[in-house]
Amino acid sequence: MSEVRLVGISKQYEGARADRPALERLDLTIPSGALVVLVGPSGCGKSTTLRIVAGLEEPTTGQVLVDGRDVTHVAPAQRDIAMVFQSYALYPHMTVFENLAFALRIRKLPDAEIRRRVEEVARSLAIESYLERRPKALSGGQRQRVAIGRAVVRNPKVFLFDEPLSNLDAKLRGDMRREIARIHQESRTTAMYVTHDQVEAMTLADHIVVLKDGLIQQVGSPMDIYDAPANRFVAGFFGTPSMNFLPAQAERVDGHLRVRGSGFELPIDDAGHAGDVTVGIRPERLTLDERPSTVPLAARVGMREMLGAEVVLHLESPAGDLTVRADARAGARPGDALTVWLDPRAVHLFDAGTEQRL
Amino acid sequence: MTARRTRPSWLGVAATYAALLVVTAVVLYPVMLVCKKAFEPGRQFALSASPIPREVTLDHFRALMGAHGSHGELLFLRHAMNSALVALATTVVGVILSCTAAYALSRFRFPGRRAGLTTFLVVQMFPASMLLLPLYVLLDKMSLLNSVTGLVMVYATTAIPFCVWTLKGYFDGLPRELEEAARIDGAGPWRIFFTIMLPLARPGIAVTALFSFMTAWNEFIMASTFMTEETRYTLPVLLQSSVGQYSADWGLFAAGAIVTSVPVMALFYVLQRSLVGGLTAGSVKG
Repeated sequence: MSEVRLVGISKQYEGARADRPALERLDLTIPSGALVVLVGPSGCGKSTTLRIVAGLEEPTTGQVLVDGRDVTHVAPAQRDIAMVFQSYALYPHMTVFENLAFALRIRKLPDAEIRRRVEEVARSLAIESYLERRPKALSGGQRQRVAIGRAVVRNPKVFLFDEPLSNLDAKLRGDMRREIARIHQESRTTAMYVTHDQVEAMTLADHIVVLKDGLIQQVGSPMDIYDAPANRFVAGFFGTPSMNFLPAQAERVDGHLRVRGSGFELPIDDAGHAGDVTVGIRPERLTLDERPSTVPLAARVGMREMLGAEVVLHLESPAGDLTVRADARAGARPGDALTVWLDPRAVHLFDAGTEQRL
Repeated sequence: MTARRTRPSWLGVAATYAALLVVTAVVLYPVMLVCKKAFEPGRQFALSASPIPREVTLDHFRALMGAHGSHGELLFLRHAMNSALVALATTVVGVILSCTAAYALSRFRFPGRRAGLTTFLVVQMFPASMLLLPLYVLLDKMSLLNSVTGLVMVYATTAIPFCVWTLKGYFDGLPRELEEAARIDGAGPWRIFFTIMLPLARPGIAVTALFSFMTAWNEFIMASTFMTEETRYTLPVLLQSSVGQYSADWGLFAAGAIVTSVPVMALFYVLQRSLVGGLTAGSVKG
């Protein structure tokens, strides 16, 4: 088990615009044994971070520390870090066995020991019957298992996963996600996992790191990130359908906040900051019936998406477009007028200018 | 529409086959004339246009193989050995140098990389005959005239630019993640080159090997200029010497041409399995 620390990491790619570095002064600690998910849209710098930890890229400035040892300029081979690639990157001319054994052979382990470890890992990943096959004779899911096995068999200090599931179909992705969670729980090896899929981030992570434009937006547990997003970007990135944002003005009245938007008025118990704000509320926290201390907002149904267990209603209101997750039995049809109820305790407030949480 | 696609008219089929037959005949006719001459008695080309010999003899082959030099040695064997030695050495030298150069040019960024690649292209533009004189002088100064080593050096340098470009294209097409995976697995640059990249570049290497071999095996102008002693001839030079200015033995020439082309055909046959692509299937993505 090893702790990974990134100190002041910046990365400026050659030929890229100087004012848009891939990473800017990134500080991050991956606690020993934790699984940390780096998540963000394409180009946010999450893969670059991973490649810097792996040693495939050198940071322009900053240090990479593994267990306190500075490995910034150490070759990947000497870092004792294993990586699973999005494209699997299996050696196509070798059998599954040789793919798994490659790193062990380089380390000149005795043949019997190599065979024992490869077979053990193959068994735990249910690929023991394919050991003599070439990657080309395997399905996508089997290939990904081999790629994971190639990392596990080394028993490294740190696992790196670079969007390992994005080439798999939805069902397999779910299976493999649980497989990765199981492997991590069994080995408790420090792991960094890069994805743009918020569901993977929520389900796998001990800690989530949200990145955008090379800057960390928020670090926290999945629940922290969901319940207390640090800014409007993080709030909108997590949750399906994503959070509703309504423009409003906040003013202080008797030590409380009164948030007024077109068509609604919310009393907020917290004495926050007055001025232009954005009200954020998750689709599942809007209700179609009145509850204690909720406030009404008149709206009209624009579209109805049936999901089976629930229905997603897209509403037009004077305050702006809204999405509501409601019970599948809700009878609202496109064109119907209805009232949605906002719970002031479920509302997030963001500064309209800085987009930071208030 | 669909009926036409699935069941073309017999007229269309007949026309297609007729056209193919004509093309095949046009391509094969000269080859058949050479074969006919090789097995037909007489030094001259007969005036008959028929590709089938009226009389069959192996005299030309016997004359070709049985010719003795001034010291009583079998000349054909000497020339075949010279050709084989030159062609194999060119292939080995050419492939080894091209592989390493192409890999470096494909994967590493270093000063002079672009200039080197451009130079390789530019030198391809000069015709071989233009290089004859300077090369002759160079080989003479190095006492490498009438030497297999000299000819190999000349052939290898001619073949390498083409081979480097071909192989570089091939290496460019191999996924970079494979090397990254190997680096993380602990492999050094040489191990990656030998155990990952070279096996995957096999089809590209087969093409360049074939090209190098054929360059050396078929080349005539340089061989005839630099190899002036009869015992140093390669097969193309031997062939040319059988059709001199004043007397031409076309029977001997035809027999020699057939014998000379057999190894190249054999090589094609052996390498054809490696020439097919698709070796990286299954390595990345689905």
